[in-house]
Amino acid sequence: MDWVIEAHDLKKVYKMGEIEVEALRGVSFKVKRGDIVAIMGPSGSGKSTLMNTMGCLDRPSSGEYILDGEPVAALNDDQLASIRNRKVGFVFQSFNLLARLTAIGNVELPLRYAGITEGRRDRAMEALKAVGLEDRMTHRPFELSGGQQQRVAIARALVNNPAIIMADEPTGNLDSKVGREIMNLLLNLNREWGTTLIIVTHDSAIAEQTHHVIRLRDGLLENGNDISTSIP
Amino acid sequence: MTLAQAFLEALESLAGNKMRSGLTVLGIVIGVAAVIAMLAIGNGAEQSITGSITSIGTNLLFVFRGNMQEGGPGGPRTVAFERPLTLADADALADPLAAPSVLMVAPALQTSGTITFGGESTSTTIMGVVPEESEISNLILTEGEFINEEHVLGYASVVVLGPETADNLFGHHDGVVGDTVRIEGQPFRVIGVLESRGGSMFGSQDNQAFVPFSTAQARLTGRKAHNEVDIITVQAISAEAVPTASEEISQILRQRHRTPIGEDDFTIFTQEQFLSTFSTITGILTIFLGGIAGISLLVGGIGIMNIMLVSVTERTREIGLRKALGARRRDILIQFLTESSVLSLVGGIIGILFGWLISFLVGWIATASGTAFTPIVGIDAVMLATLFSAAVGLFFGIYPANRAAALEPVEALRYE
Repeated sequence: MDWVIEAHDLKKVYKMGEIEVEALRGVSFKVKRGDIVAIMGPSGSGKSTLMNTMGCLDRPSSGEYILDGEPVAALNDDQLASIRNRKVGFVFQSFNLLARLTAIGNVELPLRYAGITEGRRDRAMEALKAVGLEDRMTHRPFELSGGQQQRVAIARALVNNPAIIMADEPTGNLDSKVGREIMNLLLNLNREWGTTLIIVTHDSAIAEQTHHVIRLRDGLLENGNDISTSIP
Repeated sequence: MTLAQAFLEALESLAGNKMRSGLTVLGIVIGVAAVIAMLAIGNGAEQSITGSITSIGTNLLFVFRGNMQEGGPGGPRTVAFERPLTLADADALADPLAAPSVLMVAPALQTSGTITFGGESTSTTIMGVVPEESEISNLILTEGEFINEEHVLGYASVVVLGPETADNLFGHHDGVVGDTVRIEGQPFRVIGVLESRGGSMFGSQDNQAFVPFSTAQARLTGRKAHNEVDIITVQAISAEAVPTASEEISQILRQRHRTPIGEDDFTIFTQEQFLSTFSTITGILTIFLGGIAGISLLVGGIGIMNIMLVSVTERTREIGLRKALGARRRDILIQFLTESSVLSLVGGIIGILFGWLISFLVGWIATASGTAFTPIVGIDAVMLATLFSAAVGLFFGIYPANRAAALEPVEALRYE
């Protein structure tokens, strides 16, 4: 099997002063390349912690996490940054575009940090075309609608051709019609580019469109540790 | 990210908040302008003083009455049985056998007095001189002639005016030869006017009046009895002979005044001593002024640090996002350091131009008010200011940039 994500017994402990809080208490699962996976769970369930770990923004306290064949638990900050740059695309609820930069400038950012100068503009243009914004390339975020801004963010997540895209409530700031459009765009991209999609969501309507659902409660998986095989 | 990219991005980001960037830059502008202007004025002062000391003649030694060198903090030391310098002393110094290194000797009396012409009156330094004074002190006349031997022998009531003195009395300094002025109420005929020489260490050299030694002795000072003189100017035969001449003068005067060794009742200054004394003074002045200006540059630097800290806090989310997209610690560090350096470098460049303008204005005002004085903006000062301002930007940028680079991506992204 071609696993893009392998998590073995992930634990995360936060120290809040004297008290230790266990956000993840031993989570194991695998994700197949090209799958769409939803992460659901009430607040305080460890959802954010799991997402941060999967996106390589944070390291687990113990356990092993292998992303696209690379074990990341023991990497230092700069190595993690490099992994994020090459293997992870982020889509946030609040878009997180830089207001000073144009649409294409925002999409170029990950390429800049990858040290790519040649063909940078072309690759960014290609990504914008894939999200249907080729005619808005020189617009700044404040000149774009919410849906358009999220499309720019998706183009930015795509541009480095990552192994996974982490989408954190991607439709949370959009009305339902635009939200559906964005979901359809993500699903289409998954089909066309074959990018693995991890969606953190509260919305069960969105979860229904995915292949697998990871449900978290109190730092543990609700549906056992073998979600990758539990659903055909 | 290449440096050129970082630079462009820094400019973009700073342009995004023009008012704030402008005010921050202003702090550096003022600091650098102050440094440049102060150094220029200090250098100019040194040049002008050095110039005026060399313009009074070459290879000169000045002999004064009293011991000024061994004085303690209370002023010149008083020597028991101090004798004044006399005409006879001056004659002895002119003896080529006793003082072979001495070329020429010019004793002089110095007093201050009021000169009047018509309704105008001016107070000035009045020198009672011998004809040699003209040659020793490089006095050049724009019209008329200098005091000659006959004037001295005949106690002539004649005067040679400095150009500024002439201006003060007549409103101009040409065509005044032949007119009669009154010095301390006594009539003196103007026989010559000197060429302008600019400012000097003892005020303006242009505001002086020269009368024959004998006339000054008899009519303007009350020291006829002992043939006293105030200052003896001695010219050595060459620059190398100045120390020997100084030694010869000391020997002759010690013998004549019968002073024990180490208890000289006269003081010899050479031009070099004046030069080094004044360059020490102007050096201290320059450092002092530059130091004060440096403090304002420091304050400007703190302004940069302050604004960069605010900027880091404001852009916490941006930093988080950049890190999520793959920015390493170094990338963030460079981004913020570039911004602070660009701020201070731009401030430095504007400050240099501004400082230049200030020095130019100071020179212009000084010249317009009669003191020829040119501030000198040296390349070294410009380099220093550029380097220093860039260093200020880097130094005061390090702390905020480090803070930005050390942010945890998870925390930074969550920041509202």
